[in-house]
Amino acid sequence: MTESHSSTAHVPDTVANATATPRKEQPYGALGLTADEYEMIKQILNRRPTSGELAMYSVMWSEHCSYKSSKKYLRQFGQKVTPAMTEKLMVGMGENAGVVDVGEGWAVTFKVESHNHPSYIEPFQGAATGVGGIVRDIISMGARPVAVMDQLRFGAIDNPDTARVVHGVVSGISFYGNCLGLPNIGGETYFDPVYQGNPLVNALSVGVLRHEDLHLANASGVGNKVVLFGARTGGDGIGGASILASDSFDDGGPTKRPAVQVGDPFAEKVLIECCLELYRGELVEGIQDLGAAGISCATSELAANGDGGMFIELDSVLLRDPSLTAEEILMSESQERMMAVVAPEKLDAFLAVTQKWDVETSVLGHVTDTGRLVINWRGEEIVNVDPRTVAVDGPVYDRPVAYPTWIDALQADSAARLPREVGADELRAQFLALVASPNLADTSWVTNQYDYYVMGNTALSFPDDGGMIRVDEESGLGFAIATDANGRYCQLDPYAGAQLALAEAFRNVAVTGAVPAAVTDCLNFGSPENPEVMWQFSRTVEGLSDACLALSIPVTGGNVSFYNQTGDTPIFPTPVVGVLGIIDNVARRVPSGWQDEGHNIYLLGTTALELDGSAWAGTVHDHLGGLPPTVDLAGEKNLAELLQAGIQSGIIDSAHDLADGGLAQALAESTMRFGVGARVWLTDILERDGVDALTALFSESTGRVIVSVPREEDVKFKGLCEGRHYPVLRIGVSDGTGEAAALEVQDLFTIPVSELRATSAATLPHHFGPVIG
Amino acid sequence: MTFRIGVVTFPGSLDERDAQRAIRLAGAEAVELWHGEHDLKGVDAIVLPGGFSYGDYLRAGAIAAVSPIMSEVIDAAGTGMPVLGICNGFQMLVEAHLLPGGLIRNAHQQFIRRDQGLRVENADTAWTNEFATGDEIIIPLKNGDGGYIADAETLKRVEGEGRVAFRYTGLNPNGSLNDIAGLTNERGNVVGLMPHPEHAVEAGFGPDTEVAMRSGVDGLRFFTSALRALAAV
Repeated sequence: MTESHSSTAHVPDTVANATATPRKEQPYGALGLTADEYEMIKQILNRRPTSGELAMYSVMWSEHCSYKSSKKYLRQFGQKVTPAMTEKLMVGMGENAGVVDVGEGWAVTFKVESHNHPSYIEPFQGAATGVGGIVRDIISMGARPVAVMDQLRFGAIDNPDTARVVHGVVSGISFYGNCLGLPNIGGETYFDPVYQGNPLVNALSVGVLRHEDLHLANASGVGNKVVLFGARTGGDGIGGASILASDSFDDGGPTKRPAVQVGDPFAEKVLIECCLELYRGELVEGIQDLGAAGISCATSELAANGDGGMFIELDSVLLRDPSLTAEEILMSESQERMMAVVAPEKLDAFLAVTQKWDVETSVLGHVTDTGRLVINWRGEEIVNVDPRTVAVDGPVYDRPVAYPTWIDALQADSAARLPREVGADELRAQFLALVASPNLADTSWVTNQYDYYVMGNTALSFPDDGGMIRVDEESGLGFAIATDANGRYCQLDPYAGAQLALAEAFRNVAVTGAVPAAVTDCLNFGSPENPEVMWQFSRTVEGLSDACLALSIPVTGGNVSFYNQTGDTPIFPTPVVGVLGIIDNVARRVPSGWQDEGHNIYLLGTTALELDGSAWAGTVHDHLGGLPPTVDLAGEKNLAELLQAGIQSGIIDSAHDLADGGLAQALAESTMRFGVGARVWLTDILERDGVDALTALFSESTGRVIVSVPREEDVKFKGLCEGRHYPVLRIGVSDGTGEAAALEVQDLFTIPVSELRATSAATLPHHFGPVIG
Repeated sequence: MTFRIGVVTFPGSLDERDAQRAIRLAGAEAVELWHGEHDLKGVDAIVLPGGFSYGDYLRAGAIAAVSPIMSEVIDAAGTGMPVLGICNGFQMLVEAHLLPGGLIRNAHQQFIRRDQGLRVENADTAWTNEFATGDEIIIPLKNGDGGYIADAETLKRVEGEGRVAFRYTGLNPNGSLNDIAGLTNERGNVVGLMPHPEHAVEAGFGPDTEVAMRSGVDGLRFFTSALRALAAV
């Protein structure tokens, strides 16, 4: 291949050149840096940056990589902790992913991340590479990835553009996750016009490892080799680099390359197996995946976390396109690449493993003790920086915060004023309207495209409340995981909304029988430059960190995604909260629906008039206002312990959390799960809690779960609830299977299970095409 | 004696550990085989597992069909050794001409995962002898390229010679001709199918059944069938 005219014409901007031409104009603004930030860089370097250095600083100091607007607040997650909370934490925040000791010598690592903006521009590749990126974070901790989940938020289901995004995102996740051989065990699918121009695509991955296999991203040991392996580096995923490149060209430079990365799950699958074999052979001293900011990020972070120095020959990077400039190579976000630090005496063994898996590998340089990250290209020094200034000590902002002007009026507009005196027929119609509503309807159209069988360890997945994976095949040790976020609640009150998201995820783990142990979060918000958004963000972090302290579970890592808005309208604050739980033996877990006839159905918890922000208010009255349900964290903890005791001892046969759509939706889902019907009465709820039938059905009061209990366990179950002083009422009996199965709400209405299922199943296919199976 | 069943790992194989577990649960020893070698390690039977070997580049199974290990597998199949191809493994068997026809993109163009009903059409093979012809079973199906095609003459021959091993029941999930889910060769030692028997071998992790959630273990009999066939030799 002959090199293009333009690449030979490209003159690298060397350190010497930068010193000699201090007044050269640089396109820092186009790269997203402010004038102040550019001045900071010049002060750090005592000269202007080279174009390569400017590329590195611009990506590493971006909001996405540096957390410059959120850092001030995120510190609370590290501060509001007790020794008991960190007891099982092997690695906390700040690494690629948190690591939790789950016992028997096993550890679990997990994290959720956003890939929102690429997924709007190019839904298929954006979502696919979102999965790929989070999975590489998990591999780089030394773990084998064992599960993925996706939290998806789209625009209005009937907007003409929504189908484009939904088809692309779902098939992207399906394509990438299925080809990686990772079971997809749950997630969320929401529709709301507020996400129309800015869908949220969050991806979560979980990995397992033995304690001794833990790896950290640092470059220690002077003389150790720095090795890049995996896919070749190409021109994809370069945001601002084309600006730099054009700056260096007179004309005829490369066209603007796509800013969205392109994924190859086959390359990533081979990379996973290759990395695991490298770990088994103890051939790696430190390792880091290449994600956002590519080589810039990997070199500066590895060096900053290690002995502080690194020398790199950029010419050794294997390229897909030989015309790439140095700046483009530094910034490329080509997927499926890893960087390792390898002891020289182990290099041959390392290369033998990568060769076995046909993974292309090149030695880029070595670890030094100079405290400088030096990068040469074509024999000349183009980068010479203190890596900490790039990766760690970036700017930190205390952005202006303003109490939203609109929020008092919104909170004053309670759903309590909406009509609740409706007849039985109308209640039945509203019940079915909720079952059919896009956010509560059957998501098989999405989930039937995901493989949850692969690996053979999936104990629970959709439509149950949490996913569950067996970790140890001998003992049955496993983990459960669930994620939640209710943007409507967060819009009404971000502090409470964040706590409600945590409480729900916590409850969703508890209903499986697992013990909640750790938290990850993906905080999706509008622009941090909008003081009202910054207020929402600050309240969210405060609410979440307070709630973690109250529930005594630590945040182990996560991600912040700002600038999610359509025009000037920010999305609802959407803090996706993931809770990981541990279960001694997955054989003990229970599903979310009743499996047999004749079991008693109990409602744990009490019901109040809490319809503000509810699915009922949104679906039936297109209303959003008031204050979200109150959350009692001590009560949630008590409830979780009660569930664990009941499930572990086999007293409870199924358990389902009450959340969006309240008791009505929970009853519908528990009925549809295995097609076993139920007779239910509301009379005792109305009497004890002083609410009307509509409130009993649709209120979203927290701390509530419905469980089914075999008759012979009845006495023990009541004793369990009394012992824990948790309010409980028997509200029905499971009854009827097959054609005869129906949900009867006594004195009000009866709905055959077949009608429930047909109603729930029709919504997504109506908008996106037939569902298969 | 304990029989030894090999499972070939190709780059991009995904279900090889599941196949190894199924073999162990059936009572045999699972032996890892590598795509780039010519060594069958003296195994008594072979499983070609599911996945996306070589990224499904060119056509699903096409590159794997010409890998070094496959020349050995083809020779062994010729001597009567039991060979089972699951999903991507079925695609390899077809690409290697051990089974007739071809597999194309699902008719609805989507990847599909579901608990699939199958009818056993030929219980006289090395991998189905523990079933009776006409048995209805449920095992998971998950694929993007599962549509079975063949020209009219081949299809007539396959049907006439009783070489359809499994047919989809309830719903044809991918547009396969004649609802064909799996085939056997003339001798009955080579069987390929799109659904995944290795995902229905252990209670708690298989498909839902009437009895309990995830309790389906219909797939285990594929592997015990192979042991019975080997014991009979």
